[in-house]
Amino acid sequence: MLHTVNKSPTERNTLESCLKHLKKGGAVLLMEDGVYGALKGTASTKLVEQALKNYPIYALYPDIEARGMQDRVIDGIKLVDYSGFVDLVVEYPTVQAWL
Amino acid sequence: MTEATGGIEMEENSSGKIKKFLYVNRKAPYGTIYALESLEVVLISAAFDQDVSLAFLDDGVYQIMKGQHTKAIDVKNFSPTYRALEGYDIEKLYVDKESMEARGLKEDDFIVPVKVLSTAEMADLMQSQDVVLSF
Repeated sequence: MLHTVNKSPTERNTLESCLKHLKKGGAVLLMEDGVYGALKGTASTKLVEQALKNYPIYALYPDIEARGMQDRVIDGIKLVDYSGFVDLVVEYPTVQAWL
Repeated sequence: MTEATGGIEMEENSSGKIKKFLYVNRKAPYGTIYALESLEVVLISAAFDQDVSLAFLDDGVYQIMKGQHTKAIDVKNFSPTYRALEGYDIEKLYVDKESMEARGLKEDDFIVPVKVLSTAEMADLMQSQDVVLSF
């Protein structure tokens, strides 16, 4: 299952809740304000790094770039563009959007 | 003289007092419309010769990050506008220290010069205003 998160982790608890519900074969895509969850040196960095040990985490690069966060992404998070987003949706049989 | 007020008739010196306006920005840019709307209102207020300050708290500190490139999300990059505020005599920009540090940011990550305030100083700033507009 592909989980998408589109809210900032310092605005809502969406990311935290999503990460708690990951199961084997799961993956996370951070998009829109959700990309703030992909950053180094923040309150949620440890939580994300922990999840990265077991699950692939992706972030939508156009949203990273829009927010000026190009140089701050946690190592190991895979950056995708819009066509990469589509590929993920095709690859995983179900998508859960954590709104 | 209605040009500066968009045709609205303003009574000159009706109160005679310049008021202190504070714009409190607490939302990240682009994910919602708040940041852009706040900036629009700030620019409008510039026409009224008031004492304007801007505060950036919580995710609002993300609004003034350097290096924003929005071409790929097809949204207007409004971050350079913060640099233009100086030209409208809006020079009092404040950032909450705790919010900045919690996001791993430093003063030189911002596109404009700001004054970094402690939470207590920010509270004093808010307390000292005539009008507070929150976005």
